[in-house]
Amino acid sequence: MRKFTIPSIPSSEITPEQLYQERRRFLRHSIETSLGLAALSLAPGLLAAELPPAGAAFADLGKSVHSSQDPLTPYEKVSRYNNFYEFGTDKSDPAYAAKNLVTNPWSLTISGEVAKPGTYTLEDILRPHALEERIYRLRCVEGWSMVIPWVGFPLADLLKRFQPTAKARYVAFETLHDPAQMPGQRDGFSLDWPYVEGLRLDEALHPLTLLAVGLYGKVLPNQNGAPIRLVVPWKYGFKSIKSLVKIHLSAQQPPTSWNKSAPNEYGFYANVNPAVDHPRWSQAKERRIGDFFKRETLPFNGYAAEVAGLYTGMDLRTFF
Amino acid sequence: MKLPSPLQTKQQIKPLLFILCLLPFLWLSYGLQQDFYPDPLKTLTQQTGIWALRLLLLTLCVTPLRKLTAWHALISLRRLLGLFAFFYALLHVTTWVIFEHDFELGGMWHDVLERPYITVGFLSFIGLLPLALTSNNAMIRYLGGQTWQRLHRLVYPIAIGVILHFWWSVKLDIRDPLLYALLLALLLGLRYRRQSKPPSLV
Repeated sequence: MRKFTIPSIPSSEITPEQLYQERRRFLRHSIETSLGLAALSLAPGLLAAELPPAGAAFADLGKSVHSSQDPLTPYEKVSRYNNFYEFGTDKSDPAYAAKNLVTNPWSLTISGEVAKPGTYTLEDILRPHALEERIYRLRCVEGWSMVIPWVGFPLADLLKRFQPTAKARYVAFETLHDPAQMPGQRDGFSLDWPYVEGLRLDEALHPLTLLAVGLYGKVLPNQNGAPIRLVVPWKYGFKSIKSLVKIHLSAQQPPTSWNKSAPNEYGFYANVNPAVDHPRWSQAKERRIGDFFKRETLPFNGYAAEVAGLYTGMDLRTFF
Repeated sequence: MKLPSPLQTKQQIKPLLFILCLLPFLWLSYGLQQDFYPDPLKTLTQQTGIWALRLLLLTLCVTPLRKLTAWHALISLRRLLGLFAFFYALLHVTTWVIFEHDFELGGMWHDVLERPYITVGFLSFIGLLPLALTSNNAMIRYLGGQTWQRLHRLVYPIAIGVILHFWWSVKLDIRDPLLYALLLALLLGLRYRRQSKPPSLV
């Protein structure tokens, strides 16, 4: 098993990718303009302060058999079009408002019906897991979709490490609650905080359910849910909770944020389903970001062969 | 401060206002062409819709502003604002027809019948049609001032419909529709107060 070690270099020391790519030109330029050695040592620091923190790239990622063959949504769109209400209700807000979120150090609490509960550093959480690249479709409940190359590992691998007890039937998830860092949490017109989500244990243990720590081969941008988030590709995007601080296993179905906010519009299951409309808009079609025209939405977002079995005998209109 | 004369209003302010009203359209076209927006269709839909509403509310500001400032020549700007409101509403509906429904009548009809926010939005647009079509001197002469005015009172239910359409389309954050609803309430309130005063005081 390939092991992952968190890069030990502080992000402030890492040369921005753009600068790194342009190093030869930069060198030549520096010498030509006869700014000399002083400029060479000073300029990178000055430039770095103006660029957003560069994501460190992961080495030797495995390719997943679960990856989609669809063309990828460009990085610029994936990282600039985000529903992350902790940083504002407009999709362009998080890219700016999240840039100073402190993601290191980070800890994650595993609690409830597990044999080994506790609070662990992110390093300890990640250490035994092999990371792989997984290209998934993401379908938002609002009617748009993307194709994103995530970096992560199956949630099942993590849960098994902490040994769910026989009573565990559901998994609850919680996002960081820190109004000082998250301006959206100081906003009275938004959701109740902290953001909470949940899955049935069998959904959580499904091999498609991913804990992601990166996208496009690099550490997750803050606005995409750094440092660690859930990705459940057959459910509407709001189930894929970001910036996780707590995973709690329980016997009862946990409350979920959007369901609390509008129970008739957002269910606990929230499986992508073109046959069950949102009360206010159709779910039959979606617009892939970058396309002008809409395309048909597929049952379970195209993952029916893998996951439809989880719901046999259930009325998906009742359990929407 | 001296108010602009009727001639100045017509010859200088009106052309300027025309360009101002066109700016959102130009800016939006430029943004689309430069690929500024991650979801261009959503931006196009939202921006054309919001500008239609803003211009509609501006037409409703004309009368209260005339009473307030005695700048009566303002009336010569109202048609321009109203027709631009219709222009943006038309773009808004066209976007919906082409990119939401790909000209498919069945889908559009289903939306109009099944989704309350589309229903009121659609009715509001239908209501704007006779107003836009009669916004010229020939039609005013043809209908007669009183009939014309009665017809154009349709703008009040339309404005309320547009606000409802906006409010019901919002996912969670109702601040924007709330703001516009308060503005409309203010504009309607001013009219109600004016009407309820005894005539001798007007």
